[in-house]
Amino acid sequence: MLEAIILTIITAATPLLLAATGELVVEKSGVLNLGVEGMMVMGAVAGFAVTISTGSPLLGIVGGAIAGMLVSLIFAFVTLTLVANQVASGLALTLFGLGLSGLMGESFVGQPGIKLQSLHVPGLIDLPFVGKILFGQDLLVYLSFAAVFGVSWFLNRTRAGLILRAVGDNHTSAHALGYSVVGVRYLAVIFGGAMAGLGGAYLSVAYTPLWVENMTAGRGWIALALVVFASWIPWRAAIGAYLFGAVTVLQLHTQALGIGFPSQFLAMLPYLATVIVLVAISGNRRATLFNTPSSLGKSFVPDR
Amino acid sequence: MMRLELVKRSEKSRLMSVLSPVVAVALTVVFAGMVFAAQGHNPLTGIWYFFLEPITSLWGVEQLITKATPLVIIALGLSVCYLSNNWNIGAEGQLTIGAIVGSILPILFPDFVNPVVLPLMLLMAMAGGALFALIPAKLKTVFGTNEILTSLMLVYCSNLFLDWMVRGPWRSPQGYNFPITVDFHEWAVLNAVDVGGVYLNLSAPIALLLVIVLAVVMRSTLKGFEIRVLGQSPRAGAFAGFSNRRMTAFAFALSGALAGLAGMMVVMSEIGKLQPVISPGYGFTAIIVAFLGRLNPIGILIAGLVIASSYLGGEAIQTSLQMSSKLATVIQGVLLFFVLAADTLILYKVRLVPGREGEGAHA
Repeated sequence: MLEAIILTIITAATPLLLAATGELVVEKSGVLNLGVEGMMVMGAVAGFAVTISTGSPLLGIVGGAIAGMLVSLIFAFVTLTLVANQVASGLALTLFGLGLSGLMGESFVGQPGIKLQSLHVPGLIDLPFVGKILFGQDLLVYLSFAAVFGVSWFLNRTRAGLILRAVGDNHTSAHALGYSVVGVRYLAVIFGGAMAGLGGAYLSVAYTPLWVENMTAGRGWIALALVVFASWIPWRAAIGAYLFGAVTVLQLHTQALGIGFPSQFLAMLPYLATVIVLVAISGNRRATLFNTPSSLGKSFVPDR
Repeated sequence: MMRLELVKRSEKSRLMSVLSPVVAVALTVVFAGMVFAAQGHNPLTGIWYFFLEPITSLWGVEQLITKATPLVIIALGLSVCYLSNNWNIGAEGQLTIGAIVGSILPILFPDFVNPVVLPLMLLMAMAGGALFALIPAKLKTVFGTNEILTSLMLVYCSNLFLDWMVRGPWRSPQGYNFPITVDFHEWAVLNAVDVGGVYLNLSAPIALLLVIVLAVVMRSTLKGFEIRVLGQSPRAGAFAGFSNRRMTAFAFALSGALAGLAGMMVVMSEIGKLQPVISPGYGFTAIIVAFLGRLNPIGILIAGLVIASSYLGGEAIQTSLQMSSKLATVIQGVLLFFVLAADTLILYKVRLVPGREGEGAHA
């Protein structure tokens, strides 16, 4: 029972973690992309489409990442090159992604998908209890952890990471030092798009291998909340994602037990939890302010 | 390699303020034409069916006004929020809660049938929407919580709450187990009257009145000035004695009230009862309307009609060209992108210059 619960928590947490890790890098570069939901849902529809047309879930995942990158490029062009308002453009990306995915996915509704197979580490998978949890997951679960470590290492231990943080904290100084503010931000936004696309593809290729319109159901927004919750620290985003995974699973299991509590109220739990967590985090302003990228959400036009 | 270079204008371009939404709509029409061509249709035929054919009949005009009304009312409230730098994106939820609160009268007191019910329902819906909108506002002013995320999360909660109400406590005993409430009585619905061949109900004139009121308030009252000042510079506003906190509460309450009003009127005129889904995303589409209208009341009125026509266009291409009506949502999203991008022209001159990618060292 416990093993089953942990396994479902992992599957519920992985899409959130992938998208949140990507958005964390985007925000560290000083860009607020509120279009995570739109990029995720595009990743989901593209992932599903590529999977059933090629028969390969792996290619589907790649397709999802590419779809996320492509739509994030629209956002990047509008906000970075044309310096449009980032909040409004992010909303536009979400509305556009939800619309386009609905249109693209119309013919896939009701079609069975192909599930991404788990990787079985021979020998180790047979270990009692931890075997299946640690060594029997699919590629994207491992990738989500690699991303947390990779992003953490990149931001704190590499020169490129330092430049990215400098761009996010003070774009004027970074520009004066000769760094390409817009260039760095383009790369960050595209990375965020790829990660959100992966998170979306996880939903339609691994979590429930089928396409349902609006299947992200607000997960992109929860991922955005996770970045705030994590105060821009990657490993905290992982903890947050798993806490949310646990809330989601709690809701599913309580529903299955059928204790007569209206299912609609249980379904509200992840959203209410997000609100509560955000309130709790914003109460602790000092810790949040310390890590908030100072140029977050501000447009940059190089003066010539 | 060519690249774009932005040169700041010395002051806002008046011409571009008016022209930029027109440019955006024109680019959207071109985009739509490309989509039709890609699907193997004549682009001009597609554009005709999508943008123009729906409004060639009186019935189409009637539908256009019906769809535009809630969009305009909600967008008016959102414009006050966005102008004062309060990012309420939860209008869809405020619409839902408003409609639920207003529906208390015809559902719980079906024997209370008299002309007072109608205005009472509208007032209750406004109060419900306003109170629900005050949740993210209060969380923002008291705890500093990001209002974008909280207002959106509450949309999901309110939709689930409505779902529970119509399947649970408020389900009609005569509804054959369908998730619907009882039908509203005669004083709880808005009846359409013939206005020169077009059947309209009270909601359209109310929307028009609200446009005029807000236009006057924004242009020539202290409140309008306060909204703008606090949006552009909270510090300057504070020196003028304006309170940012009170403005947040005011903007959210106003937009919540208007969303609730719009939701109630949609239910009263088009549905006549509550059901799991009462709005085709008016609360989200109104965000596009607010921006397309440049956050200006008159602009919003025009933008509401433009966006409403895309709903009708979606249905039109479905019947005449056998294309998906979902294209309408895509075109709405594209339009918002074009609007935001075209706004750049107001503050900057855009030049295409030869040069390498990225800005590099220009010092």
